[in-house]
Order: sequence, then C-alpha cells, then structure tokens
Amino acid sequence: MNEPLIEVRGLKKFFGSNDRPVRAVDDVSFAIARGETLGLVGESGSGKSTIGRTVLRLVEPTAGQVFYRGGDIGALASEPLRKLRSKLQIIFQDPYASLNPKMRIGAILCEALATHHLHPGKGAREKRVAELLELVGLRAEHASRFPHEFSGGQRQRIGVARALAVEPEFIVADEPLSALDVSIQSQVINLLAELRERLSLTMLFISHDLDVVEYLCDRVVVLYLGKVMEVATTGALFEKALHPYTRALLAASPKADPNQPSVHVALKGDIPSPIAPPSGCVFRTRCPHAIDACAEHVPTLEEVEPGRWAACIRKEIVLMKAAA
Amino acid sequence: MKLPPMLRQLLHRRIVLAAAVVLLVIAVLAIGAPWFASIDPNDTAVLQRLKAPSSEHPMGTDELGRDVYARIVHGARYSLSIAALTALGSVIAGTLLGLVAGFFRPLDAPLMRVVDAMMSLPDFLLAIALVAILGPSLVNVVLALVLVYTPRVARVVRASTLVVRELLFVEAVRALGVRTSRILWRHILPNLLSPILVQVSFIFAYAILAEAGLSFLGVGVPPEMPTWGTMVAGGQQYAHQAFWVVLFPGLAIIFTALSLQMLGDGVRDLLDPKLKKTL
Amino acid sequence: MAVSNEPRLTVQHLSTSFPTDGGLVHAVADVSFSIEPGKTTALVGESGSGKSVTSLTLMRLLAKTANARVSGIARFGTREGRSVDLLQLDEQAMRALRGNQLAMIFQEPMTCLNPVLTVGEQIAESVRLHKGLNRGAALAHATRMLDLVEIPAANRRVHEYPHQLSGGMRQRVMIAIAMACDPTLLIADEPTTALDVTIQAQILELMRKLQARTGMSILFITHNLGVVAHHADDVVVMYAGRVVESAPVRALFAAPAHPYTQGLLACLPGKARSPGTPRPARLFVIRGQVASPLAPPPGCAFEPRCDQAIAACRATMPELLSTGAGREARCIRAVAALPELA
Repeated sequence: MNEPLIEVRGLKKFFGSNDRPVRAVDDVSFAIARGETLGLVGESGSGKSTIGRTVLRLVEPTAGQVFYRGGDIGALASEPLRKLRSKLQIIFQDPYASLNPKMRIGAILCEALATHHLHPGKGAREKRVAELLELVGLRAEHASRFPHEFSGGQRQRIGVARALAVEPEFIVADEPLSALDVSIQSQVINLLAELRERLSLTMLFISHDLDVVEYLCDRVVVLYLGKVMEVATTGALFEKALHPYTRALLAASPKADPNQPSVHVALKGDIPSPIAPPSGCVFRTRCPHAIDACAEHVPTLEEVEPGRWAACIRKEIVLMKAAA
Repeated sequence: MKLPPMLRQLLHRRIVLAAAVVLLVIAVLAIGAPWFASIDPNDTAVLQRLKAPSSEHPMGTDELGRDVYARIVHGARYSLSIAALTALGSVIAGTLLGLVAGFFRPLDAPLMRVVDAMMSLPDFLLAIALVAILGPSLVNVVLALVLVYTPRVARVVRASTLVVRELLFVEAVRALGVRTSRILWRHILPNLLSPILVQVSFIFAYAILAEAGLSFLGVGVPPEMPTWGTMVAGGQQYAHQAFWVVLFPGLAIIFTALSLQMLGDGVRDLLDPKLKKTL
Repeated sequence: MAVSNEPRLTVQHLSTSFPTDGGLVHAVADVSFSIEPGKTTALVGESGSGKSVTSLTLMRLLAKTANARVSGIARFGTREGRSVDLLQLDEQAMRALRGNQLAMIFQEPMTCLNPVLTVGEQIAESVRLHKGLNRGAALAHATRMLDLVEIPAANRRVHEYPHQLSGGMRQRVMIAIAMACDPTLLIADEPTTALDVTIQAQILELMRKLQARTGMSILFITHNLGVVAHHADDVVVMYAGRVVESAPVRALFAAPAHPYTQGLLACLPGKARSPGTPRPARLFVIRGQVASPLAPPPGCAFEPRCDQAIAACRATMPELLSTGAGREARCIRAVAALPELA
C-alpha cells in the first residue's frame, strides 16, 4: 500500500493568549510510511514534543490535519477516537512520572487490556500480562510489584509494555531515552529496535540526541522554533547536511572520539522565544549565512535534491558541499 | 501489638497519641453508653435537681434532676453521630463537586462561583438560618452543617484535582483510551485521599463545636435530645449556682474537638510529605 | 601565568559514607586522582557512581543532616603557594577559599540563582566578600565579568533578574559568579547537561577560552563521553563509588582498559558504525544494572555485569593499579593483560 500510515498537513499549535501566543508548532507537514521510523529532531522550542502529542490528539491542534490510514482523526468524535487509541500509542520521556505510583504493574497492564476488551477473562489476561512483561525483558513475577520498586530503565520497559498491550500499529516515542543512563539507553534502544521489527511497528521517534536518531531512524525531520528546516533520509542527512541549522546542530554535537576534529562553529546567540519568533526565516537571527532577504518571507520547504527537502532561500549555500 | 507502619508513624508524636486515646475513650463510652451509665439520662427527678457531684451522681444532676454523667455519655452518641454524619456528608458532596470542577474545565468557573457564594456567608450564621428555615431536628442540623462545610471540601479537592490531572500518568492512561469515568475513579480519586482524609478530621471537630453552638442557641436539635450543646443550653441559667451542669458538657465538647484537631494535624503532617513523595 | 609542577588538586583515598535506614552507604570509596594546573580532568560516571558526592565532599558542601563520614586527603595548592588539605580545614578557612580560589558551577542554573536578586548583585556578592570591594567597584567588576562570559549588553544585563535570562545566559551568569574572584580550580558539575546542544557548544567553548586565559584547572563532572572526548585532558571513570579507570583522554578512548569503560564506549550509538560498514542490527549492551549501594557484590562491583569476569573477580575488590604511563585501572584482567599492551 502506497498510502502513508500517518500524514500531517499544515499542523499548527499555539498556546496561550490570542494576540501573542506561544507558537509551538507553526505549519508542519510530513508523512510516515508503514513500517518506517521517522526521527523528529530539534532543541527547546522546536515543537517536537508538541507535535508528538498533537499527532495522537492528546492535544488538540490549532490548525491543520492529521490523517491515519487516510482518515482525518480530527473529525472523529470522542468515542471513536477513544477506540482508535489502541492503534496509536506513545512512550513517554519520564519513566518515573508516567506510571501511577499506587497501582501494581499487573494492574496497570490489565487496565490497558481491559480498556480495549483484549484477552477477556481473568486467567487469559494474567497470562497476557506475563507475556508482555517477558516481551520487554522483565519477568512475570514483576506484575505484583509497585513502580517505585523498579529502576528508571525497568520503568521505561514497563511503559513500553503498556503501550504494546493494546496492540498498536503506530508508536510515538517522546524522548524515551533522555532520562536514562548511557549504559541503560543501549538496552532500551535494542528493545525498541527488536520490537519494531517483530511487531512491524511504525514509529515517530522524538529526540535531541542525534546519534540515537542516526541509529534508529530511516528518515529525519529537523525542526527549529516550530518550523521544519530540513527533511532527508538518515544516511543522506548525516553524511551531508544541507540546511545551515542542521549543519550547526551536527557540528555542535560532540562525537565520542578525541581524534575527530571538534568544529568551532558555535552558533551565536540564544534560541529566540516562540512567543516572538523572528520574521521571515525563524533561524535567520543565528544563521551565519543570513542576508536581508531572509527577514522578508518565510522560506518554503522545497525539494532541493531528489528526496531532500530544505527551507532556505539561499540555494547556493544549501547545495554547496558540506562545510568541514 | 504490631500496628501497620503508617499508624505507628502517626502515633509517634505524643500529642497525637494522647488525642487518639481520648477519642477512643469517648467513642467507647458513646457506643457502650448503656453499660457505662446505668442511670436513665432522661429520668427526671425534680427532688434531686442541681445536686453537686457525689458518689451517687459523679457529675451532679441538672436542672431537671437528671444525672449529668449519664447525659454526657448518652449525649456523646448524639453529638458524635451528628458530627460523623456531617463529616461524611460534606466530604462526599464536596469531593464530587471539587472533582467535577477540577477535572472538567467548562464546569470549573460556574461551580466555583457557587462555592464562593456559599463561602461568603459566615458558616455559623448560615447554619442558624438554615435550621431556622428547616426546623430544629437532628436531620436538619446535619443537613445544614453539610451545606456549610461542603464548599470547603470542594475547594481543597478541586485544587488537588487540578494538580493530579496534569500528572504524566494521567495523560498516559488517557493516551491508552481509558474512559473518563474510570480515570476519575481509579487514577485521580485515590491520589486525592490524603487531602480528603485531613478534611474529614477537621470537619468532624468543627461539627462538634457547631452542633453545640446551634443547640446552645436553641436552633439545633430539639432541647429534649441529650446532646452536649442542649445540656449547656439548658443549664446556662443555673451556671453560677451549679457550675457542674455546664462545666462537664463544656469539657466534653472541648476535649473532643481538641483531640480531633490534634489528630487531624497529625494526619495532615503524616500525609503531606508523603504526598510529595508519591507524587 | 607561571605554571608550577605541583598538581593543583591531589585527592587521595577519599571516602564518603552516609548512614541510612538500610545501613551504611559508601557513596564514594577510595577515590584518588589529581588535576594539573591549567588542565581539565573529567570525572565520568552514571547514576550511583558517586561523582557528584565526590565534588560536594571536596567543596565541603554536604548537608550536615546527612551525617556524612568523610576520610582521605584532598591537597589543594593555594594561590599563595601553600598546600592545604581541604578536608581538614575549619569552616571559616573553607569559606575563605570557596567562591574565591575554589569555585563551583552546577547543573540547574535556575535553581542556583537567587530569583529576587539581580545578576549583578549576585556576581558582586563574592567579590565584595573575598576582595573587600565597595558596592560601586563590585558592580563595575560584575559588569566586566558579564563581558568576560560574552553576555551582550552587559551594562543593561547587570541589573536584570535571573528569570529575564535564557537558560544559556543563566549558565553564563553562574560561570561569571564562579570566575569573579579568579579561581585556580573550577568544579563544574554537569554544567551543560540541561542545555540545548547548540548552547552547550557555546558554553564549552567559553569555558575553554576562560581556561586558556586564566590558567585555571577544571574538574568537569559529566556522563557525556562526547564532551569528555573534546574538552578534557585527563579522564577519571567512576563506578559504584570507586575509580575504575583513569587515563589521559586520547589513551582512554583509543584503548580503554577497564571492561566498564570498554562497555560504555561500545554501547554508544555513535560508535556503532564505522564509515563504510552497514549499521549493526543491535547495539552493544552492558547487561543488568548497577547494584543497590546497600547490597554491593562481594568482590568487584562491576563483576555481575562483566563479560570478562572470572571467579577471582568475585573474591575481592581489585586494587587501583598502574596499567601504563599515567594510566590506572581497577581490574585484575586489565592489569594481567599488561605485557600484551606494551
């Protein structure tokens, strides 16, 4: 089937007052094919977490549409939306806060199953809970314990088990590794990769860690202040970034290898506030290649090379061979 | 006796322990009134009126010759049950109100304005007015007091609901597709128990005092009912010649209310830091 | 600036333990390392490694209510040329050093800055205290410090409050406060962990510039190996409260000796692929997780998770022994492999 599983068109989400809102997401469009893992990369204010929640309608968009299998989920009433949630799931960033501290693990997972009438009957449900726990690398006896008895990495696994309990097709992973130690991160990355393969999942992977995105994702969308700067396949993006922001982002991320030259292309200035984003191209205040024309119009996302999209009027900068 | 850890922690402070003991004694007396006071509290004996405390009448007799001690013990039943029903009623009503206002944004403002309106009237005056309208009876006193205390509970519950509603695990179950009713019952309410429990103990104390005050003013329960308030009301004109008629019921009121307050403090202190820990 | 041969800080057998309900927790045990003048030593570790407790112990900033038991020596070379043991100084002498010759910056600038004082006042505070400047001179100095940390429009910013500044700028203010009295040792406890990548790059570059300019030493505490690779001269790796490896940075990354360090580097997704080879299906994993400090393994703390462990590893805690020029490792297998490394 050629139709993308998830399609986002012109998504906008503004918070706060009507005259000076926080423009968290400002006209973002992308599509995710079945079985694909799309990476959403950006720093604070990029809007990546808000996009993750808006795609699932946990937060209502201000404008724009989200399509699942060609159907507009914004048009659904509350009960059909609730039923649809079994297909669209999320893994959260904070493993400590995402589980109800007063519920045992078994109860948390049973609730997920019961919500969508899966495996009815007490015995069948308990069996399924044990299966889910083992699927994420825990043990069946863990079902009788409370969240505070587990470490961060284990709690994150429980969160994954809960998301998988309802048998989703699509998962939004909202910075699932940020709160974990480095040595635990690789465990969870492997878990996600294995489950994704086994269960044929489609994923939206939100992260600020470029190395993880390079490892896990097929394509990447780079965001800045609520707007898309660049879209490309992972290999192409990390080999040769086109947009000045992507280049700066890659240069600023230190590689764990002292022999690789550390590039002193430190971007000047701070990230502007999403309440008062710069006119025209939102990146122009920090862009080393900005000219006067950059302030006039918001650059459109264009396909500057086959399969590569960038939002920048300075084509000669974008298409130049990657600066060292 | 091995107490569960939370109870042990609660009773760790001596004042809380003392308060708990006092309340236990009063409760036992109230429940087992017929065994602890063999004399009929309503038995009038006009020849024995206003007798000072003696071996026959350990707390003396009142203006109608009734044994004060027996009336206090039996009166405990009335006073405590009125207070208990008030606490129960206002907590249930207030929780419902606060939960709905805190969880459903469009209902928040209108419900809270009603609560504000009710709280703008001084509680005691409101209670007096309500009983005056409805007529003096045990049920009406409870009703009036429930109406007075519900807004307080609603405010506290609403505030906690607003906090709990935003917690990540609530968003997580919403993302699962769990129904709103179940979210309220299984996820929000259990995390509100701490502030609710604190409110219960405080309202219990206030209700004892309020009932006593209302009965004293004659707008509480009918004067024949032996509550501590009616005892003080009935005996007030004889106070200077027979102080025991008002002293003992007064002391009963004070001790009970004070003990409830102390217990409520203890419960609050116990649950507060824990609340922060579990949240 | 004259660079002496004596290390700026020499830590020997530092131990910090806390009595808890469950028993005595050895947050830091037998930690030894040194920092040369003008150099940066990175203290690397994950949760439970004891790296933060180490820095707080050195600065004598542990809460009194923690009832910490501290032992060991922390020899610090003062500006006047004397050598003092930080752990033995009385509180008054320590306060004279803190914020003056010995400065510290923390992870969360918002919670470390007083919200009701202007940033100028907060920078001026340490100068007035340690150098005795009056208000006017101190404020002028504060403005100069804001310039030093590259905050634009310093004259205006000096009168602003922390909430008016962005995260990156607040961290610069923290650095300004730390640098105000020209310290010889800066302890930076995860200073960039809470910052965005592009801001982190700015702050790291700033710190590098300041170090080059003033010749101060930096103890850089972090869990980010990328930052370590490019901003540290020496690396000390901690696990479960002990130093498991220390080495100059290039040597450590080229040939890590301790299995934990090897595992840590191997499990980074950035290391997963060498150019030209296909992406590996699975990342390297260090199995299991850190043991509870109340139930440490009988021998080497890392043994339960180590692929190279042998029976002897469970018997006793290995000693920290030399494995080469300026290198040490706490592992009997690493030390045993030495003749091959030569």
